[in-house]
Amino acid sequence: MDAERNPFGAAASADPAAGNGRDRVLEEIAVRIDGDTDIVSARQKGRVLAATLGFSSSELTLIATAISELARNIVLYAKQGEIVLRVLERGDQRGVMVRAHDQGPGIPDIRRALQGGFSTSRSLGLGLPGVRRLMDEFEIESRIGQGTTVTARKWKR
Amino acid sequence: MEVPILKQGPYLIASIQSALSDADLVQLRDKLVEQVGRLRSRGVIVDVTALDVMDSFATRTLRDITFMIRLRGAETVIVGIQPDVAFTMVQLGLKLEGVPTALDLEEGIAFLSKKDSSPAKEASPSGR
Repeated sequence: MDAERNPFGAAASADPAAGNGRDRVLEEIAVRIDGDTDIVSARQKGRVLAATLGFSSSELTLIATAISELARNIVLYAKQGEIVLRVLERGDQRGVMVRAHDQGPGIPDIRRALQGGFSTSRSLGLGLPGVRRLMDEFEIESRIGQGTTVTARKWKR
Repeated sequence: MEVPILKQGPYLIASIQSALSDADLVQLRDKLVEQVGRLRSRGVIVDVTALDVMDSFATRTLRDITFMIRLRGAETVIVGIQPDVAFTMVQLGLKLEGVPTALDLEEGIAFLSKKDSSPAKEASPSGR
């Protein structure tokens, strides 16, 4: 996404090459995350938004679940933040973007946070490896003491 | 959104009606663990048919419910996991190991009555 609009800059990025500046935003919804009921409303809004693109019901479930994991990280680690949901166009592809943004403590070791996790006893308990598997593209930027931004996209096939 | 818990003979049936917040799930866990003792229930069925998302927290809480109820001396079975939800859980690596599952309420009751009639309770059908 627009790197220059990200207040945290590119401190650390798992996938810096993906999708920067090439996407046209067709629609955007922002959901404030202040508590666990916001997790539910964020994933419900994301499902409705993604449904307008004609994703299959299992893809909608994947997207809603990814939003749920990202929103929960905000509640657990930063207390509050925001989930931005977008309908994107890149060339002749359309898709959805989910961006979770907070000004929480940041993730000290992103590589570790993305490791393993193919079980319920997750590496750092952040659920990030799971989100990465559910979505097509995944980027994370985090600075200690400043916050974390996770961006994930799924394209309609 | 509070989950209604119905008593049906020796069993408790928790029938989830809509999306649940984390706090709702934790409340369900605590209520079931308490009621299984107060009502001297032999088994618990948690019907998740209405859940369109089972993320890591929901899965962990269902596991916790199952193991806590087992420590209380009763058996739990999760019923009604939808195909799309099952697909996503597998993608996420959420396997619910050690947690019995059944297709629907009817199969869940059949599972519990079979368990009840054979008192040697060790293995669970979904493997361990």
